[in-house]
Amino acid sequence: MSHINELTKGIFKENPTFIIMLGMCPTLGVSTQVSNAIGMGLSVIFVLTCSNIFISLLRKIIPDSVRIPCYIVIIASFVTIVEMVLHAYVPSVYEALGVYLPLIVVNCIILGRAEAFAGKNGVLDSALDGIGMGVGFTLSLSLIALIREVLGAGTITLFPMGSFSGVITLPGLSASPVRVLTLAAGALLLMGYLKAFFQWKTERCKGGKA
Amino acid sequence: MSYIGIVITYVFIQNFILVQFMGLCPFIGVSKNSESAIGMGVAVTFVTAITSVVCWAVSYFFLIPFGLEYLQTIAYILVIAALVQLVEMIIRKMSPGLYQALGIYLPLITTNCAVLGIAVINADNGYNMLESFVAGLAAGLGFTMAIILMSNIREKLEMTPVRRVFRGVPIAFISAGLMALAFMMFDKSLITNLHLA
Repeated sequence: MSHINELTKGIFKENPTFIIMLGMCPTLGVSTQVSNAIGMGLSVIFVLTCSNIFISLLRKIIPDSVRIPCYIVIIASFVTIVEMVLHAYVPSVYEALGVYLPLIVVNCIILGRAEAFAGKNGVLDSALDGIGMGVGFTLSLSLIALIREVLGAGTITLFPMGSFSGVITLPGLSASPVRVLTLAAGALLLMGYLKAFFQWKTERCKGGKA
Repeated sequence: MSYIGIVITYVFIQNFILVQFMGLCPFIGVSKNSESAIGMGVAVTFVTAITSVVCWAVSYFFLIPFGLEYLQTIAYILVIAALVQLVEMIIRKMSPGLYQALGIYLPLITTNCAVLGIAVINADNGYNMLESFVAGLAAGLGFTMAIILMSNIREKLEMTPVRRVFRGVPIAFISAGLMALAFMMFDKSLITNLHLA
């Protein structure tokens, strides 16, 4: 039961983006298209899960005083693996993510989970925590990207498969989109409104229980 | 591109916070009062300027001659972690007050996207040593400017009635969004019109 709890807490109760507010830079930077958001989310799930497993395995060996540099090196190694794999097999996503891909190293979620969870808990729990947090991050990133792309450009960009080009064009919206949402300013405004919505929701849940 | 062009690019056109979203965590976290905002800005500027030069040297003297470019991310983050440790020691010695004010955010500069971001951007653009230094300095100044403006806005917001759900972080994001909207008036054409390209 508690194992399932480790997995699901990252998705709603401790959602990294909306509740703990970590890893904002990539969230806003790559959320202009749904496909970029999914690519970024999958990379983060991979890095977070692998680094959580390794840090949890090594937690008794790493001396306490140098633990942060050790964590960073472990995380950076996995990010390098992701970079090379994406560069080789999905160059379009690699191009689109650009500078935000190496920046996964300094994504606060990953170091935060290493410090707060994987350094203190067993391998299975850490792996589940990594997957849960990664999925929570991917879902919120995709949500922001979906809102921005649908309202800002009137399209939904997915991955091309066979005859399907990967781009769904929404008839009414693509003619006169709210262009500002695809720009930097729109991302910050949208994030403010979404955060306010989540604050309102949390307050209402608390009020209902009391 | 000329040095003035680089400065204008990274302070205004590609402002790290308002356009590229790098360093948003300290931007939201430390901007509650203007004193710690200035301290954070100075610390970040210092680190980005030095990091740009050191990372350029690391890639020019070690990574490129030995064909190890794929280790760039790991090498850069190690350099940054060491430098931040150094800056932390210097500030603790020179100004304990500032050290107290920056608190947890000082070690967190290591994980500030702006620092690794400028190092990677310098490498991508193929800047030489002086250009890297100027770009790092300008990026830090852009960060400082945005965080000081933001802290002044938030000090005013404290006195203003704001709806309860918007209090704190949401209104900060919306203010930042409006600032970013204002910054949209700076774009690439500025460089062309000033003949700095």
